Amino acid sequence: MRVPLSGLALIDVSKSFGDVPVLERVSLRIAPREFIAFLGPSGSGKSTLLRIIAGLETADSGEVWLDGERIDTRPPGARGIAMVFQHYALYPHMTVRENMAFGLRNAGVAKDEIARRIAQAADILEIGAQLDKKPGQMSGGQRQRVAIGRAIVKQPRLFLLDEPLSNLDAALRGRTRVELAQLRTRVDAALIMVTHDQAEAMTLADRIVILDDCCIQQVGTPAEVYTRPANAFVARFVGSPPMAMLPGVVAGEEAGRVRVRLAGGAVLATDVPAGGLVAGTEVDVGLRPEHVRLAAPGEEGLAAEVELVERLGDRTFLYARLADGAEIVALEPGFGTLRPGEAAALVIDAAAAHIFTAGGAAHHPEPSA
Amino acid sequence: MNAAARDRWAGYAFVGPFLLVYAAVLVVPLAMGLVISLHRADLFGRRAWIGLGNYTQALGDPVLHQALGNTILLALLIVPPLTVIALLLALALNRPGRFAAILRGVFFSSLVLSVTIVTLIWRFILTPDAGLIAEGLEAAGHAPIPFLSDPDLVIPAIAVTTLWWSLGFPVMLILAGLQQVPGDIYEAAALDGASRWTVLRRITLPAIRRTLLLVVMLQTAAQLQLFGQAQLLTGGGPGGASRTIVLYIFEVSFGRWELGYATAIAELLFGMIIALTLLQYWLVTRHEGQRT
Repeated sequence: MRVPLSGLALIDVSKSFGDVPVLERVSLRIAPREFIAFLGPSGSGKSTLLRIIAGLETADSGEVWLDGERIDTRPPGARGIAMVFQHYALYPHMTVRENMAFGLRNAGVAKDEIARRIAQAADILEIGAQLDKKPGQMSGGQRQRVAIGRAIVKQPRLFLLDEPLSNLDAALRGRTRVELAQLRTRVDAALIMVTHDQAEAMTLADRIVILDDCCIQQVGTPAEVYTRPANAFVARFVGSPPMAMLPGVVAGEEAGRVRVRLAGGAVLATDVPAGGLVAGTEVDVGLRPEHVRLAAPGEEGLAAEVELVERLGDRTFLYARLADGAEIVALEPGFGTLRPGEAAALVIDAAAAHIFTAGGAAHHPEPSA
Repeated sequence: MNAAARDRWAGYAFVGPFLLVYAAVLVVPLAMGLVISLHRADLFGRRAWIGLGNYTQALGDPVLHQALGNTILLALLIVPPLTVIALLLALALNRPGRFAAILRGVFFSSLVLSVTIVTLIWRFILTPDAGLIAEGLEAAGHAPIPFLSDPDLVIPAIAVTTLWWSLGFPVMLILAGLQQVPGDIYEAAALDGASRWTVLRRITLPAIRRTLLLVVMLQTAAQLQLFGQAQLLTGGGPGGASRTIVLYIFEVSFGRWELGYATAIAELLFGMIIALTLLQYWLVTRHEGQRT
């Protein structure tokens, strides 16, 4: 594998803790100044991958390169990387100023240069008034800024953010999300953020790396992972509520597009190209909530029973069960009137359906021109 | 009764038993001691009021002055090395693994030995006739050193014995302090490129300074009351060279039966320990000013 001269490259990184594998031959390229999110459930290895890049864990095998230099053999402080820790990890007995200066002093940066960088970072982050306070005297949001400031002053080539928003309350989280989006425009570095919150990943990242089961499941832009998930796991993991999976059988094709018969007997004329999907194959039909709606009065629909109603004000999600037992989620605009236990008739936008075969491979709709 | 009052009474009920015991075994004896120290008193309960007579006697008592000097010297020889050695051991033992766990147990085990056992062990080591060190010196062609009868060597000998005996508890305290330090600040320091020395000096020591203060305060208070080792190893000799204040109090009260005078010395020692402890606390915490 050729190593790029700029950006970050992970080559066949593997790691296990004892007998438990955490990462298996993970390879990834990240461009300079790119904002990447590592997204995955707990235990997917996303934090371990971040810590291997930082040098806080050692990979069992594989290489990490940054801007054409191999860095996995270097100590954490000599990699040109700064990290914002989940719990901030500020030095409790040092003032904000000392916290930010600590790494620079260790690196032998000149005194006036340290002062200049701290003043600049404090200005950007609006923590100038707090420079002589200690972390214990500050709120969670302020500590977060200090942690970011401590990373900025190092002028790293790569920023690592470990669950940066998980410790903040809802209001602060929204504001900090905006600040992180601004951060990337102010720093001349790539950013990698670990998160289990897909909304964070979708709103902030240029590309999302979805990890599960020790491997990268998909790398793509937020739009790509949402509209063309690489497999059933990604399809279910990205999107809230998750994509519904209706079991069915390939019934044949029409004009090169697959028709699927659901377990309840209804036949969906999808927009998925027929290539490779032969009649009789058992498949799952993936449907996002926005592609399932309530039937209009007089319109024919699939009979379902509402099990749970999630009202978000502007829209309402109906978690329902079809007559054949499959679970499905429908989207209703506005506040909704149905209640759990009531019957509903649902209309499926078959043209938007995805098809997943038993092996997990995905087939996406491709509207004919 | 409203909820706040009920809470208050519940609080008193919880601390009540402790306060009773505390008063009975500490506050009352302290007050009684103060009263006795103002009398000429013996062990049979005979008392005659002499005001501050015992205290003026103490000021001019050359034996007490010698014991005070011995005691302070012992505390100086024990507390600083004990703190440093305990810190180094705790740093070395603060790691996961069976080996470190076993060593933690070993270092703690000396603490459960009684002072009698400890002095017996060290007698075997220090005694000039067939002691461990003497045998070693003789094998090397050197004359045995009379650690316990040379006036210049008894204090260091008692200090070493005490160090060996007292190490376990400070090690445990410091280990507990080290384990309170969140691991992620060490990771942050690694990313900040800090050397091991910088990490120790700028991260670890500031993080455990209150634990270190506690160790120094407890050990100072304990070593100023050193008694058993001195009595059992040397009996205070030779010629009072290793007599400590508490040993002197013991001799005055149970040898000379001058309970009033002994109590006065005890009150003076108590005041000295309180003053030193407060001084140490103030020295370490005066710069903190705000909560950390």
